[in-house]
Amino acid sequence: MNTISKTLALMLLVLAMPAAAAASDDPLDSSQWRYMLRQYFPDAKVVFDDRVQVVAPDYAEDSLATPVQVRAEGLEDVERVLVLADHSPINPVLDYYPVRAAPAIGFHFKVQQATPIRAAMRTADGTWHVGGVWVDAEGGGCTAPSVGSASPLWESRLGEVEGRLWARGDRSQRLKFRVVHPMDTGLAAGIPAFFIRSVTVSDADGRTLARLEPDEPVAENPVFALDLKHAGAVTVEGRDNNGNVFSARIPAPAS
Amino acid sequence: MIRGALSGCLLLAGLLVMPGAMAASRYYDIEPVEVAADTYVVFGAQENFNDANHGAIANTGFIVTDEGVVVIDTGPSRLYGQALREAIGRITEQPVVQVYISHAHPDHFLGNNAFDDVSIAALPGTIDAVRAVGSDLAGNLYNLVGAAMRGTSAVVPDQAVESGTTATFGDHRLRLLAAAGHTAADLMILDTTTGVLFAGDIAFHDRAPTTPNADIDAWRAVLAQTRAREFAVLVPGHGPSTPDDAPLSQTGDYLAWLVDRFTQDANDGMSAAEVMFQPLPERWARLAVQPGEYRRSVSHLYPAIEQSALPERTE
Ligand SMILES: [Zn+2]
Repeated sequence: MNTISKTLALMLLVLAMPAAAAASDDPLDSSQWRYMLRQYFPDAKVVFDDRVQVVAPDYAEDSLATPVQVRAEGLEDVERVLVLADHSPINPVLDYYPVRAAPAIGFHFKVQQATPIRAAMRTADGTWHVGGVWVDAEGGGCTAPSVGSASPLWESRLGEVEGRLWARGDRSQRLKFRVVHPMDTGLAAGIPAFFIRSVTVSDADGRTLARLEPDEPVAENPVFALDLKHAGAVTVEGRDNNGNVFSARIPAPAS
Repeated sequence: MIRGALSGCLLLAGLLVMPGAMAASRYYDIEPVEVAADTYVVFGAQENFNDANHGAIANTGFIVTDEGVVVIDTGPSRLYGQALREAIGRITEQPVVQVYISHAHPDHFLGNNAFDDVSIAALPGTIDAVRAVGSDLAGNLYNLVGAAMRGTSAVVPDQAVESGTTATFGDHRLRLLAAAGHTAADLMILDTTTGVLFAGDIAFHDRAPTTPNADIDAWRAVLAQTRAREFAVLVPGHGPSTPDDAPLSQTGDYLAWLVDRFTQDANDGMSAAEVMFQPLPERWARLAVQPGEYRRSVSHLYPAIEQSALPERTE
């Protein structure tokens, strides 16, 4: 490519940057999208935006725990991240408020059938920026009982937290934590919904760094990966829909 | 995990009567390759299951003796098994007298329907697994490859193989070697007459190993032991046969790399999806069915390794 066409290509790229499209032109071409718009974003401005990235396998090898990583490249002032699955008995997967954190979260979720998995990121101006991918599946993830619900053993470990921090450059840290919890959706016969409702991550002074509200489709014994704009130890506190609470202090990384 | 609600459809499909020979040849192009005296291999496509290969992705084999034909693995479907039997009939007038199943994965045993008049032998662990999940596996495969699966059901092997025993057919003496690692029960067969080792899915060659039921440590131990054996030709479960141990060392190196990669990533705090979508080194990217098989392995193996990188219960 010569210099002129390179420059042209670059200009076109810059012009296309906020790749916003009308909310009706779903790039994932899902029959459910219009319903999702009405249901979850009434009267809000919604744009499709390539900067919102959802990384997930195109086929759910494990429909009870399919990995997903949500992130935004170059999107500032994200106040809220809503993760949704179009074709699922329960559309909301997780609601994330990255108060002093990057708009990025990794976790596993249950896949009921082939579905788009989307992240909608609300910026300070009130606009929702949406990205997503299709995940194909054998399915059944949401209507299957948890492993925990079949075994009395987990009860003694309910709410146990295993967590660790990793330094990631200047005053940023990756936080990863796992909570022992069956995360039952309530859709398996005879097993009521039983899931973690909220988790708050705070610094040593009690200031909130991030808050998340998992929904039923988050996988059993969930592992969350967050990117905090904070250095040093943190506290993870949470509660489930039955009022059980858990908390843990995660020490600063060793090095 | 409960998968494969389609077993019902399969039963229904079994009722559709098709003239076997015509239907079989429509789907499967069986070309046995003579890899040693009296010993043939039908090489599977180096692909994932799809509706073009009709599930024929694994190698099957047979040994022609003057006391009958011994078949090793029956392929993915009734029609494949029928086509294999027809291909054997074009090579010899000897009847099929024995079938061995290497392990309980759908690409290796779902052709059993075509051999239900013959003794089908497998390790006890394989028999248990086919009984427990065979129908689900058949249902899943029906979903993935479609019509070629018609009439296929999970036929449970009727004869348990005792490890370390030798079975003699004509002048072929077969040593039956029990192993584990790829699955809970992996049968390898060494024909001490020709030196051909049918390694099953203990060995993959130029195709990424599959790990849904794997115990990596056990698998690597078996690979090391097998490399110390004497053989003239190695037939892997997937990929070309070789006169050397290349498939064994390649499979062992890949598994070692996989565990090291995941351990390092877990200790760096990476999420499973991040691990899934990182680029692969050239040596492993060029194997068949990549990066798909690598990504499946993240689902199978990363959760336990990720958990071991988190400290026990933080107070
Ligand atoms: Zn196989």
